[in-house]
Amino acid sequence: MTSASVEQVWEWLETIPDPEIPVITIVDLGIIRNVELHDETCVVSVTPTYSGCPATSMINMDIETKLRDCGLDKIEIKQQLAPAWTTDWMTDKARDALEKYGIAPPQPAGGPKRCPRCGGDHLEKLSQFGSTPCKAQWRCQDCLEPFEYFKCI
Amino acid sequence: MSVDKQQLLQFLLRQGDNTLVLGHRVSEWCGHSPILEEDIALANTALDLIGQTQMWLGYAAEVQGEGKTADDLAFLRDAWDFRNVLLVEMPNGDFGQTLLRQFLFDAFQSVLMGRLMKSSDEQVAAIAAKASKEIAYHVERSADTVVGLGDGTEESHDRMQAALEYLWPYAGEMFESDDTDAAMAAAGVAPDPAGLREEYDALIGKVLGEATLTIPDSRYNHKGGRNGAMHTEHLGHLLTSMQWLQRAYPGCEW
Ligand SMILES: [Zn+2]
Repeated sequence: MTSASVEQVWEWLETIPDPEIPVITIVDLGIIRNVELHDETCVVSVTPTYSGCPATSMINMDIETKLRDCGLDKIEIKQQLAPAWTTDWMTDKARDALEKYGIAPPQPAGGPKRCPRCGGDHLEKLSQFGSTPCKAQWRCQDCLEPFEYFKCI
Repeated sequence: MSVDKQQLLQFLLRQGDNTLVLGHRVSEWCGHSPILEEDIALANTALDLIGQTQMWLGYAAEVQGEGKTADDLAFLRDAWDFRNVLLVEMPNGDFGQTLLRQFLFDAFQSVLMGRLMKSSDEQVAAIAAKASKEIAYHVERSADTVVGLGDGTEESHDRMQAALEYLWPYAGEMFESDDTDAAMAAAGVAPDPAGLREEYDALIGKVLGEATLTIPDSRYNHKGGRNGAMHTEHLGHLLTSMQWLQRAYPGCEW
């Protein structure tokens, strides 16, 4: 058993990529709600993005694997439902990374601000849903490329 | 006021069975939708519904206190134990009928979840808050599609009107209330569904009007799903498909 501080655990968690969008980390996504050390047990509270998101179990496994690799052996992963996850918890760093990766970041207005490829603002919605529960399909009428938009919830 | 555990369990099974059965129904479209975007949309809707089921049935299993899981409740019960409304077990029909059924259910959920977010039961409130974000998205899409198809071509309009006439007698069951609902209302866990009808009618009246569809005059309701008295024959067929693996290989895990 290696002991670690809460700060250290956060640093380790910050290196875990989102399994579906590997350019952002699970900490940047805002789904890690709390880290606590109880005696020798490290308790990580995780909130799901979407209730049926299949990445949730993958993320839990990635957290456990990472913390074990870092020397912790008593790990508890708690699912925290309330308050419900919101894209407001996503960091600015994650928003920039998403856009560079070709995914328009969430906007309070409910649709993308500009095309992540050419920056054009003549956009049309193709579908409210996309390849994962968190995204929608849009198309840019300037460069004609379709792109994904990270839904704002 | 303390809550009767059996009544709370019934309430939670009703919530979870609605989303489970509809989630399975919608997933039947996977790979069969008219266009790729709709296929993805339906699969995502089904996924959200199954996710909500995990929360509702997970809590139901906890309240039941017999060491069962959400999976046990989903896969190891037979038709007579299910507490979903008949509407959600009705066959998909064509794409329009599927989306109309979705709209009638989404609209109800959107009204109900608003109330459940203020539930005296913290876990019910948390699940409702989580689900309501997804439901707001679902109702926006199903309403848009109902308007698009209803106020579309002559063919799509006629199909949507036929779907409404077929499904309408199943909408009323969502507003039935019994002892369980009275117990939930008294404890502040959930509202009496009968009290949600007016808000629901206003919401669907607006959308169906925009869709140029005519709500049938009849207020005759088919019922028996949410109290388990009698499901339609369709539920048994759905379960043989959904529960096939656990029936063929009991206890199978992977
Ligand atoms: Zn563009």
